[in-house]
Amino acid sequence: MAKLSEIAKTIRSKNAGVDKITFDVIFADRAAYDRVRESGVLSRDAVCQLFGIEAARISDHVAFEPALAIKFTIYRRMSSGSPGDADVFGAQQYGPLLDVEVPG
Amino acid sequence: MPISIQHARSANHTLRIICPNGHLGFAPIKTGSFRIGCDAEPDLICADSGSCDVGPVPLGSDTSSSPLQWQTDDLETMLVASRRLGVPMIVGSAGDTGSNSRVDLFVGIIQELARKHRLAKFRVGYFYSEIGKEALRRRIDAGDTVEGLDARPALDLTTLEATDRIVAVAGVHPYIKLLDQGADVIVGGRSSDCALFAAPAIRQGFPEALAYFYGKILECASFCCEPYGAKESVLGEITMDDVKVTAMLPEQRCTIASVAGHAMYERANPFYEHFLGGHIDMSRCHYEQYDERTVRVTGPSYVPAAELRVKLEGSGKIGERYVGIVGVRDPYTIANIDLVTGWARQQVVERFGDSGYELHFTVYGRDAILGPSEPLRASPAHELAVVVQGIAPTKAMAEEVCMIGTRQMFYARLPQVKGTAGGVAFLLDEVMPASPAYRWTLNHTMRVDDPLELFPTHIAEAGL
Repeated sequence: MAKLSEIAKTIRSKNAGVDKITFDVIFADRAAYDRVRESGVLSRDAVCQLFGIEAARISDHVAFEPALAIKFTIYRRMSSGSPGDADVFGAQQYGPLLDVEVPG
Repeated sequence: MPISIQHARSANHTLRIICPNGHLGFAPIKTGSFRIGCDAEPDLICADSGSCDVGPVPLGSDTSSSPLQWQTDDLETMLVASRRLGVPMIVGSAGDTGSNSRVDLFVGIIQELARKHRLAKFRVGYFYSEIGKEALRRRIDAGDTVEGLDARPALDLTTLEATDRIVAVAGVHPYIKLLDQGADVIVGGRSSDCALFAAPAIRQGFPEALAYFYGKILECASFCCEPYGAKESVLGEITMDDVKVTAMLPEQRCTIASVAGHAMYERANPFYEHFLGGHIDMSRCHYEQYDERTVRVTGPSYVPAAELRVKLEGSGKIGERYVGIVGVRDPYTIANIDLVTGWARQQVVERFGDSGYELHFTVYGRDAILGPSEPLRASPAHELAVVVQGIAPTKAMAEEVCMIGTRQMFYARLPQVKGTAGGVAFLLDEVMPASPAYRWTLNHTMRVDDPLELFPTHIAEAGL
């Protein structure tokens, strides 16, 4: 087992428009990319469980091979910058991904 | 040619653009790599200045989130270089929002800088992007549906009524028109980030697919480089067959990973980029390392839209706003922080009832940033900060809502608390006026017959 933060090169989140936040997990080499993709720890179901959200909150979930990246996008609870939103850019939502345990 | 430009200009028809900043004015241009870029024979200098990332307040209140001095400095850096080199300069989505007042602000700054530097006479082209509520109401009344994006419902009159300002997002069209009219400097209203780079390329006959991709990859300047370092310049070159992008800072490179990684940045899906007039499909893009600092890309395709739909962004005011901050160190109080904020909220309800205002408690050290998605919510830190926001129709009421919400945490009645002299720590025993609260009311699209119809263009003179 290893933590995702030890395997991935980049783990980030950012607004994709005003109603969504997109997450990018980017790997330095294909072996790491394949290992995480095949492990299922970033599958739609796993992401829902990690963030405590329903499947309908995920708008996109793709493996993006040119960048060796796994990318998923979720609908925000409220649009960016609404009162009560404490992450206007969506830039700190990736925190829980860092500690995801990856088998193998 | 400077050391950091390793490839000479392609022999065939090319267009080179320097992009010095991914959000002009928001943080200053790093001028070292910009100077290197200006030595690389650019045909244009282009930068986007807008983003909805800054939240709904600037658009709603018609302000900038960028300081005037930084906007002026960045425009000065670009303008002086563009006039010295004799190449056009394009700035899109002026002043963070691209509203009419921000376009006028930037045109005025350009004219003032021209006087300051005693620049020879030149033409400033500009266009507006705002659309009035009345015009939208007429469309809805006439049966046009203003469709919601990202799972929003179609626009209704109540939401329109709650909106203060709306901008439409332009495509390449007003930029091409202004270039045709001989503009030396263009200040754009709200527009797609890629449009200001794609426009000069399309105008010169480069394929649309490559031109839009060219814009997409250049618009954030050095965000497409590694190692990470923002506000550095990048050089793009488009030919009839490919797009190349080169890092200008000697310490940075464009790599397949950095460029492909950027192609998916801040977009829901890495394969498609939508704009007025169509979208590009990047699923068959091929990336190759062209030289040590340059990546070459081929293979995007352009899909024209069956119906012209323009994106609309709108912001509406919720109310005036005050902010208070308190700290908590007692572990028992931390474990029961919801009872503390609940007590404070109840005191506001007793004063003002339970509607007609908003009261928000954001608990740093527990779940401020992720809210209910925070997996560690049950194990808060040893100290917390609670930020209180009171929002109400008048400043006086917002201040009082916020003050009750903040100060009453001090008096919260927890049954077994040891500290009976005050339940929280005050950073300041006051609440602070903040910007009014707004929300994004429009994230929609509307049908248009002509891609220029919402974007009137103008030409002004500057210089001596």
